Amino acid sequence: MTLTKRIIPCLDVKNGRVVKGLHFESIKDAGDPVELAEKYSNEGADELVFLDITASDEQRKTIKDLVRKVATVIDIPFTVGGGVKSLEDARNILLNGADKVGINTGAIKNPQVITELMELFGRQCVVVAIDAKRNFDIQKDKNIFSENGKQFWFEVFIYGGKEATGIDVIEWAKKAEKLGAGEILLTSIDKDGTKDGYDILLNREIANSVSIPVIASGGCGKPDDMVDVFKKSNVDAALAASIFHYQTHGVNGVKMYLKDKQIPVRL
Amino acid sequence: MVHLAIFDYGAGNIFSLKNSLEKTGATVDVITNFDKPNIYSGLLLPGVGNFDPAIKSIRKSSKTDFNDYVKDTTPVLGICLGMEMFFEKSEEGNEKGLGVINGDVIILPSSMKVPHMGWNNLEIKKSGTILEGVNDSAWVYFVHSYSVKPTNNDVITAESDYGIKVPAVVEQGNFFGTQFHPEKSGKVGQIMIQNFLDVCKK
Repeated sequence: MTLTKRIIPCLDVKNGRVVKGLHFESIKDAGDPVELAEKYSNEGADELVFLDITASDEQRKTIKDLVRKVATVIDIPFTVGGGVKSLEDARNILLNGADKVGINTGAIKNPQVITELMELFGRQCVVVAIDAKRNFDIQKDKNIFSENGKQFWFEVFIYGGKEATGIDVIEWAKKAEKLGAGEILLTSIDKDGTKDGYDILLNREIANSVSIPVIASGGCGKPDDMVDVFKKSNVDAALAASIFHYQTHGVNGVKMYLKDKQIPVRL
Repeated sequence: MVHLAIFDYGAGNIFSLKNSLEKTGATVDVITNFDKPNIYSGLLLPGVGNFDPAIKSIRKSSKTDFNDYVKDTTPVLGICLGMEMFFEKSEEGNEKGLGVINGDVIILPSSMKVPHMGWNNLEIKKSGTILEGVNDSAWVYFVHSYSVKPTNNDVITAESDYGIKVPAVVEQGNFFGTQFHPEKSGKVGQIMIQNFLDVCKK
């Protein structure tokens, strides 16, 4: 036996509550973060990811208490991201009990922060989160792909999917690895909230471009979507939210299903 | 009541470790040097940070030497980086290790994704204090880029397969090391923490 594929429930947290949106918008309440964390941990989740999508920096200060509460009730690793801009933000999260810190817009704005984090806390703490969207406006210097007769490249978006950067996702993932990222959390904006499966092409291309672990995110609506992404790409983990939050499937049920399909999982 | 100390190199999450020790019934102090008298039944070297800064924080913030502090009596549990520091030197840095167990620390093979991150099985080689009550093939959580290479393989009580056989648990005298994170390894991890506490109680 060797390393298993990780199944990671994701909790988007807004003003202290877990919420779920579609295409990064239209928010719906999904419960209390600490209660859900404990539940998922007991059900066999391999790891948890918390993304703080609270609008203002002022309200975001509450994340510290949340991290502490979560760290008290669970004994599996967890990542906290959302609004992390500086070493100080990251430190605040890590010293209160999180194992890894997710950094997205902050890393695009100041890539050096990846290296600073790596040097201080170690590579394993640094998760670079990338929000990717297909751009059909073909530009010469980009990595071009085609599917169903259409050509496109993958563009990095920041500020919760609101702002395009013109940066190629493949190039950014490679650069993030070189700067000190320990893991890539890769979310497809096109697929997020659709429940019709992960963006296989995106996940395959990124997982083949870097040698650090990649977490597939965005689009999971059923256990078969996880089977699909694990069979067709070299990603190490699959992240999902709604299939867990709305009790469509328990974490353990999903993992039993994956095992049945010959995906190595921890049971 | 068992009174333990965690050495804090100032580089990351020791909250989870402290929390998991307290859940098992210990009282825990966080220390940053060895200058006060050793009143503890056990010491933990946590598993977050980088080799050189962590070794420096152990060596340079204290007048008292690590070896003089723990002698061959205080049980020490080194987790991940904490275990790597038991050895003589590491490919992660230039500083000398604590040298309480003979051997080196080497980088994981480049044929594999590094860091080795996630849940992997233990292959138990022989019985040991930390592994009491733990089943062969139990799942534990790893996150590391380096691996220990003891001069004497007898100190290894469990391994894990990641391209190479990664020594997962080592024991020598009062020194116990886990390459994985027991405080992040669910119920199995809690058993190992309890086993360490039982050693400390003696």
